[in-house]
Amino acid sequence: MGKIKSFDELVQLQKEAKEKEVVHDIHILVCGGTGCKSQDSDMIVNNLREEIKNNNLEDRVKVVKTGCFGFCEKGPIVKFLPDNTFYIEVKPEDAKELITEHVINGEKVTRLLYRNQTTNEVVPDSKHMDFYKKQQRIALKNCGFINPGEIEEYIREDGYQALAKCLTEKSTKDVIDIVKESGLRGRGGAGFPTGLKWEIASRYDADVKYVVCNADEGDPGAFMDRSILEGDPHSVVEAMAICGYAIGASKGRVYIRAEYPLAIKRLNNAIMSAREYGLLGKHILGTDFNFDIEITFGAGAFVCGEETALIHSMEGSRGEPTTKPPFPAESGFFGKPTNVNNVETFANIPKIILNGAEWYKSIGTEKSAGTKVFALAGKINNVGLIEVPMGTTLREVIFDIGGGIKNGKKFKAVQTGGPSGGCLTEKDLDTPIDFDNLIAKGSMMGSGGMIVMDEDSCMPAVAKFYLEFTKEESCGKCTPCRIGTTRLLELLEMICEGKGTLEHLDELKNLSQVIKDTALCGLGQTAPNPILSTLDAFYDEYLAHVTDKKCPSKSCRKLLSYKIDANQCKGCTLCSRVCPNGAIIGKVKEAHMIDLMKCVKCGACMEKCKFGAISME
Amino acid sequence: MEETELAKEKYEQLEKFIDSLPEKEGELIKVLHKAQEIFGYLPKEVQHFVAKKLGVPAAKVYGVVTFYSFFNMEPKGEHTISVCMGTACYVRGAETVLEEFKSQLGIECNQTTKDGKFTLDALRCVGACGLAPVVMVDSKVYGRVTKEMVKDIIAEYEG
Amino acid sequence: MENVNVTIDGRSVSVPKTSTILEAAKQLGINIPTLCYMHLETTDFTCKPATCRVCVVEVEGRRNLCPACATPVMDNMVIKTNSMRALEARKAIVELMISDHPQDCLTCNKSTDCRLQELANELGIRRIHLSGTSKSVHPLMKGIAIERDMSKCIMCRRCEEMCNKVQKVGALSGVNRGFEAYVATAFEEELENTVCVGCGQCVAVCPTGALMETDDTAKVIRALKDPNKTVVFQTAPATRVAIGEEFGLEPGTIVTNKMVTALKRLGADYVFDTNFSADLTIMEEGTELIGRLTDYIENKKADLPILTSCCPGWINFMETQYPDQLHLPSTAKSPQGMFGAVAKNYFAEKLDIDRENMVVVSIMPCTAKKLEAVRDSLRVKDNPDVDYVLTTREAARLIKMANIDFNSLEDSNYDDPLGEGTGAAVIFGVTGGVLEAALRTVYETLEKKELKKLEFVPLRGFQGVKKATVTIAGIEVNAAVVHGLGNARTIMEEIKNGNKENLHVVEVMACPGGCIGGGGQPYLHGDDTILEKRTKAIYEIDHSERIRKSHENEAIQELYKNYYQEPNSELAHRDLHTHFKKQEKY
Repeated sequence: MGKIKSFDELVQLQKEAKEKEVVHDIHILVCGGTGCKSQDSDMIVNNLREEIKNNNLEDRVKVVKTGCFGFCEKGPIVKFLPDNTFYIEVKPEDAKELITEHVINGEKVTRLLYRNQTTNEVVPDSKHMDFYKKQQRIALKNCGFINPGEIEEYIREDGYQALAKCLTEKSTKDVIDIVKESGLRGRGGAGFPTGLKWEIASRYDADVKYVVCNADEGDPGAFMDRSILEGDPHSVVEAMAICGYAIGASKGRVYIRAEYPLAIKRLNNAIMSAREYGLLGKHILGTDFNFDIEITFGAGAFVCGEETALIHSMEGSRGEPTTKPPFPAESGFFGKPTNVNNVETFANIPKIILNGAEWYKSIGTEKSAGTKVFALAGKINNVGLIEVPMGTTLREVIFDIGGGIKNGKKFKAVQTGGPSGGCLTEKDLDTPIDFDNLIAKGSMMGSGGMIVMDEDSCMPAVAKFYLEFTKEESCGKCTPCRIGTTRLLELLEMICEGKGTLEHLDELKNLSQVIKDTALCGLGQTAPNPILSTLDAFYDEYLAHVTDKKCPSKSCRKLLSYKIDANQCKGCTLCSRVCPNGAIIGKVKEAHMIDLMKCVKCGACMEKCKFGAISME
Repeated sequence: MEETELAKEKYEQLEKFIDSLPEKEGELIKVLHKAQEIFGYLPKEVQHFVAKKLGVPAAKVYGVVTFYSFFNMEPKGEHTISVCMGTACYVRGAETVLEEFKSQLGIECNQTTKDGKFTLDALRCVGACGLAPVVMVDSKVYGRVTKEMVKDIIAEYEG
Repeated sequence: MENVNVTIDGRSVSVPKTSTILEAAKQLGINIPTLCYMHLETTDFTCKPATCRVCVVEVEGRRNLCPACATPVMDNMVIKTNSMRALEARKAIVELMISDHPQDCLTCNKSTDCRLQELANELGIRRIHLSGTSKSVHPLMKGIAIERDMSKCIMCRRCEEMCNKVQKVGALSGVNRGFEAYVATAFEEELENTVCVGCGQCVAVCPTGALMETDDTAKVIRALKDPNKTVVFQTAPATRVAIGEEFGLEPGTIVTNKMVTALKRLGADYVFDTNFSADLTIMEEGTELIGRLTDYIENKKADLPILTSCCPGWINFMETQYPDQLHLPSTAKSPQGMFGAVAKNYFAEKLDIDRENMVVVSIMPCTAKKLEAVRDSLRVKDNPDVDYVLTTREAARLIKMANIDFNSLEDSNYDDPLGEGTGAAVIFGVTGGVLEAALRTVYETLEKKELKKLEFVPLRGFQGVKKATVTIAGIEVNAAVVHGLGNARTIMEEIKNGNKENLHVVEVMACPGGCIGGGGQPYLHGDDTILEKRTKAIYEIDHSERIRKSHENEAIQELYKNYYQEPNSELAHRDLHTHFKKQEKY
């Protein structure tokens, strides 16, 4: 394939790609995202292809390895087009049956179909699944539909037309105006208006300017950026080029976590084929616009998600944030004007250009336009990646799409925004999700992680978990974050170990507020959010730890005590043999007792007891 | 003797890589990634070599190496077992799994077994939250790991 | 420049648009406490990493508190520097720092000179609410020149800025991350194994007791106590205009003769002047300069430019950073080194004592001099030419320890014969001084007539790199003066890349301002205009001297007559010259 030299040639190529597609009447999409891949989805693809070959169906059926479908809970996922039959938990050995039954006999393989969680009814296709019904996919549009390794599949789905449109029909100002009017806000965390950011960057003159894609997704529990890069890398490549055109930059850089090998591979591949097709490089689509992209690897530092830290890391230094101003738009990578957006933000751009600002603005809420991708995780039935219009309520997300809480337990809280966010509770369930509402509730959008907690989760322990993370990831530059997060963590540890006092609770709150008020960057400023929000919503739970020395969710080990019910104990000695500390005394066939002074509260005895004689409280 | 030959070859490989860079400014982290790929870890001598080749102070190189968790100054075991301690994995019991690995291997996090076989790591989210809790051995992902599976996972790499 | 109006604590002020809140407040006389912020007026260097967060203030309309040092003003900005919210936050931040700081003020070397201690006092911190673990305990690293107690590091990063941005030495970097982060050398090596040159500019700006000169006062006390030892002091030019500050005198007060008295009270057998050997340096180095210039004119080939070699920090810098250019520095030892050699050879012989029984103590504005004193070329077998080096600060400490009321001391003169120095020698203490002194002598030597105007004005002042062309005996001598090793690096790159400006002689001083700004001088406490006052005092001394040219120093003339015969003689080479070698370090 030579370089595409004009918009017309691109359109022609799309036409050809569409014609190629209709050759086959059945497309089998197999998820090749990290989750499904780790469960042998590659093998499924191979087996399916082999079966097709064995049955001489190559002309009718095509197997496509796609990016993530989002429904990671029930992977590996295999989807049959055109009827959207959705098979879950498929194993490599199911390939034969799928081909014989579904393709040859025209019968769906019922045992592999998804069942509605409440009614237990078989759901024939993805269109009828609650998980997908309320979703609206813009950023994830192509994920799970196209083969991310084939640029022509992307072109088939209108790929690179937005770029072509910008380069041939629109001025740089037009492009910026569309993005501004669309109301798109940065999906990386703080929600800064993207168009405005571009406009500011466009104002600075320099010999070189940079467009940087922040793919240093570090929120534990968020994996949308990885999924986009794995499932639709060209959308990011195209958007970066559009941004380059709009702000007058000729160089692009993707800063990506080294821990994402598959995403790196696919992105690299996408960049190379874009170059080959003349969609990156010099004289793109026959115009005077030059733009190319390089990849830079992160090296494991959460703080590098902050844009100034990211830039320092790209420059080969310690990823420490610096105070703004100057903003990267003025002085960024090697002092040059630099525009940084995250992966999901970019993924929205081509669609906005193609469908117009009005269309995008019509989705979502007034101040938060469009959709947002969330990574659902934790004690929820349907763990996975979803995309919903802004303004969808937490209840819809957790109960309708997410299928409610695992094992029929009670919903307790949901942490949005990862370690920077806060815990939202029952009373917040009907709040429409958007940037401002979440902040008003003491949490934040963050990159879109949503960790659901059930009644077994101890909130001080959850706060402690997040503080362990932020303490570990603090760069150490400013005092409040460097020392403050450590002190917060120590206070939480004392509380969870039953050594806390009321003064500690007071100190915890005060210090949290000071850190929020004074830390240098977003990491530090938001680090206390998990504490402040749980203190606010679950003060009683903290109090129980401090005054009663009890953990109501029975999860703080140091606060538990184990007891043997003498009536039920048969004296089988199993528990005393398993006790690592010799804390259980008693003679054979006589009731045993736990020496609480020696007990290390490991729970081994309770696990071993066959008679249910051991309990804890 | 063989060992020094090997080291020499490695240094040459690294030197070649550095010399191939069109621009040296700002490439420290890229070079360190490469160096760790070649040597397996970043001992002081390798860092000093990188410093000299790139013309940056050794102190800066050390500052960078100690900042990023991806870089190690100690050699790693033959296999690296990484237990994801991301939130999704944590709420689904990753801690228990990690504890089990610790007790079975007899080492703490960031340590290597005496026979040089395994290094144990706690990892931040690998983005496979659907499979929580997740364990990675080298680049292979194990999903929905339970305490009971730990023994089998280790056995796969022994012998 | 466009101005904007801001209101600070209810008072409005018009300030340039580019000002920070801190600068605007200063205009109103409002002093916002700072810690990591550093502004060096004379070096034109500002560092405002905004990391300590001590200077946070409340800005109307902003969600969070803002660091005053790094927040630019905006029109109609309303700022409260001392709202209770800001105050409480500031207090909490200092409490956090103290919670991770050894609480050993009683024995800390920096006590009463410590900015953290001062802040704790200013903010009325009387109790630490917070306690917890401390960052990994760091062992005390006792170097030859500099002692580091990193458990006291508060990560203000000033030392790192000085080392990397001003001095461009690159010995220090922030290491680790988060709570474990602190400033260290490469691989946490001893300073002596690193490219550290010992200039002590890190020590000069450290707000706490994390960085200190290595204290040698105890050794000196022991020597003074020993009746079998003849203790000989030498005092460097720059000390006489600075040591007074340690006793509360105005910066720039000249206390030469009080200092001599103090040292005598301490029990010195002889108090001599490094000015004497500075004059000797001019004789040796000047002769070398003339030699190389003559070579250049006659053969069109010579090792030029000749670089001065009296600054030990600079020599270490050359040996670590430019080992391929070691043919350029003058082989003359520094004044301290020459003094040691003359004292232990010539003077000991004269007194008829073994050199082992003579103890030479230097009072220096410099930490790197401690490193110089242990060089192989400054010893005969196991016996060093200079036994101990005390910084100006240590000397003051010793005087205080001995309960000497410095300010009421009577004046005394230096002893003979190594106590005589000229005006040319005293200006060794400021940037440009060595070159000026050399030119005075070289001019008269070559022109064979009296130099009327002794001041070489273009070589004076705080500009980082000064260049001038001086015509002597028909030769156009291109001279340059640099101070601060960052500037030295600039000029060395220039020389390495072909010396396009055809420089013949370059004076380099490692510390900004020259020795008056040395790493061993009394702390500036953030006010480096003190350097200007010390400089003025140095020039004042020069001006008031009867003899202002080194070659006219009668004691020097005597020394050559009786001992060395002539500059660059064989004996002079044995005692007064040295050689340099590459240092391979981290």
